[in-house]
Amino acid sequence: MSLHSVIEVKDVWKSFKTVQAVKGISLNIPKGKFVALLGPNGAGKTTLVEMIEGIQKPDKGEITIMGKKWKGNEDDLHKILGLSLQENHFIEKLRVTETLGLFAGFFNLGNEKVEEIIKIVGLEEKRKSYVVNLSGGQKQRLAIGIALINDPAILLLDEPTTGLDPNARREIWDILRTLKRKSGTSMILTTHYMEEAEYLCDYIIIMDHGNILKQGTLSQLLDEETEEKVVEFTSDSNVDFNNFKETEAGFKIRGGDSPGKGFVNLTSFEKELPDFLSFMRSRNISIRNMECRRKTLDDLFITLTGRKINE
Amino acid sequence: MNKLINIRQLWLLITALFREIIREPGVLFWGVLFPVLMALGLGIAFAKKGDVIRKIAIIGAMETDSLIQRNPSLTSFLNKSCEINQDRDYSEWKWKYIIKDEKLGNSVFLFYEMDPEEAMMLLKRGTFNVLLSSENDKTGYHFDPMNADAELTYLKLSSIIGEGRILSVEGNSVIRPLTVQGTRYIDFLVPGLIAMGVMMSSMWGISYGIIEKRSKKLLRRMVATPMKKSHFLVALISVRFAMNAIEALILLVFALVAFKMTIQGDIMSLIMIFIAGNIAFSGLAILMSSHTSNTEVGNGIINFVVTPMMVLSGIFFSYQNFPEWTLPVIRNLPLTMLSDGMRSIFNEGAGFAQVIKPVIVLTTTGIIFFGAGLKIFKWH
Repeated sequence: MSLHSVIEVKDVWKSFKTVQAVKGISLNIPKGKFVALLGPNGAGKTTLVEMIEGIQKPDKGEITIMGKKWKGNEDDLHKILGLSLQENHFIEKLRVTETLGLFAGFFNLGNEKVEEIIKIVGLEEKRKSYVVNLSGGQKQRLAIGIALINDPAILLLDEPTTGLDPNARREIWDILRTLKRKSGTSMILTTHYMEEAEYLCDYIIIMDHGNILKQGTLSQLLDEETEEKVVEFTSDSNVDFNNFKETEAGFKIRGGDSPGKGFVNLTSFEKELPDFLSFMRSRNISIRNMECRRKTLDDLFITLTGRKINE
Repeated sequence: MNKLINIRQLWLLITALFREIIREPGVLFWGVLFPVLMALGLGIAFAKKGDVIRKIAIIGAMETDSLIQRNPSLTSFLNKSCEINQDRDYSEWKWKYIIKDEKLGNSVFLFYEMDPEEAMMLLKRGTFNVLLSSENDKTGYHFDPMNADAELTYLKLSSIIGEGRILSVEGNSVIRPLTVQGTRYIDFLVPGLIAMGVMMSSMWGISYGIIEKRSKKLLRRMVATPMKKSHFLVALISVRFAMNAIEALILLVFALVAFKMTIQGDIMSLIMIFIAGNIAFSGLAILMSSHTSNTEVGNGIINFVVTPMMVLSGIFFSYQNFPEWTLPVIRNLPLTMLSDGMRSIFNEGAGFAQVIKPVIVLTTTGIIFFGAGLKIFKWH
């Protein structure tokens, strides 16, 4: 076992009545790192996180947190973990301060801690509000505040920004970025927003159908050494570009959202772009417009699975 | 850190759950005011006897030579003793007879003329429960012998029509209406309402509280902290007990003041059985809500427990009229034990010796239910 891992997951399997949710996943979370579990709905992210949280038991495999297994160490592990679930509901007619006070009490902490948390999550103006009257973003900030109340060594956040508007999402990102700068907390965050994984996390694990498809830092994932770029184009015709074979064209071409639209991956614009254009002309397809950009996680996910992450 | 009881944690849970309840304005009405209104309404409705109106259909009276000709006693009763409604509509009463009675309240008999088909239809609808016809010089009475009220109408009618003698207090019997404390309906009702309040409030309050928190994943979130699980349940029960005590006290004070009720027995025993009842229903509530996270299912489960006891345990009317073989079962239902125990203290002057058995049984049942519930309790 690695000395620097705070969480080790070894060949973990979990199935429910009709689904095999997690199919033999292994991973290590190094101390102080922010790790994203990125994948579409149903990828098995929540199941994996809930097994780490001790809420679900794996059918097979082993999970250790700071060298401890869940069985027999519940009390110790509860003290070092901070978590927010996918849905967070608290007692509706309890004020923000009272809710934080209740949870602080579970860890034998007092009002100073409540005040500190209110500042961190920026709920100063809502401290006297009932939980039921908070907006979605404020509720989520309260949930993160509760997750932070025991200064956890490990923070587990399950889709902390799903369903929030861009502003509210940005506020949560700021809280987490500040946390990353100021504390040595390790974090696992599940998300299906590429930007979120890119913006917050050092390490990204892409999951689909209960498996890990690919993992690494953002630059590792995007193969920056190959400098592959993406050209998104719109043509006049109604061709489905998914039918183009790579061998035939010499390029990786795939179809876009609608007929006539497509993508092509190029390594060097100078060399390959003229070839691509002449190939299209040879097929009597005229390009109406095109846009060149660097590869993103979206492109990677499509390459890996053949579909978009939010589909 | 690993003490058995963490007082501060327990206190925080109790205050949080208490605030959750009292900040809901509906709680005040349904929990506190509603039982008082129910006691007031039912107490008044049954305390004062008003005029009892009995409607009777006379079949075939319109055919001149049938009933009236051949049945002189009925004819003379109707035409001589009764007030006749001269200019009536077809649907109104034709004859009216009143037995005046200061103590019991007046009985008013209204007679309607009607053809047999219509009379039968109205009988089925419950407008009438006695039909009169003529059977060869005699008066025929048609009614359901299982219907006690119909039988009473028949008895009163036959005595005033047949013999012309009026059933009243001037006979050789003396009627003493029961208005002494401890024998009135309100005396029967209030202990029952308190017992029912304990059951309803515990079952709905605790079970629903748990199921709702489970379905909202709040339980899951709370047990992911070092919170002691038992503390959460104990807090939930304590808060409910406090609410129940407040509700019962308000109802009790109201009954003592407004209806001049008295507690004839031992107050300490009353408190004991009240606590025992709370333990029993809290335990039952924990057991019933130990598994489901669906509020609809929870609804069904709670109704499954509560409804039979509401019907059988004699809250509003004595259960003595149920078949003999059911009584041992009924007497041992928790709600029956609680309401019978409280009634015996209120109305029969019972004390510790009389209620110790139900107190022990209720407490033990509650603890067993609680233990079983905790064992299979689903936190996630």
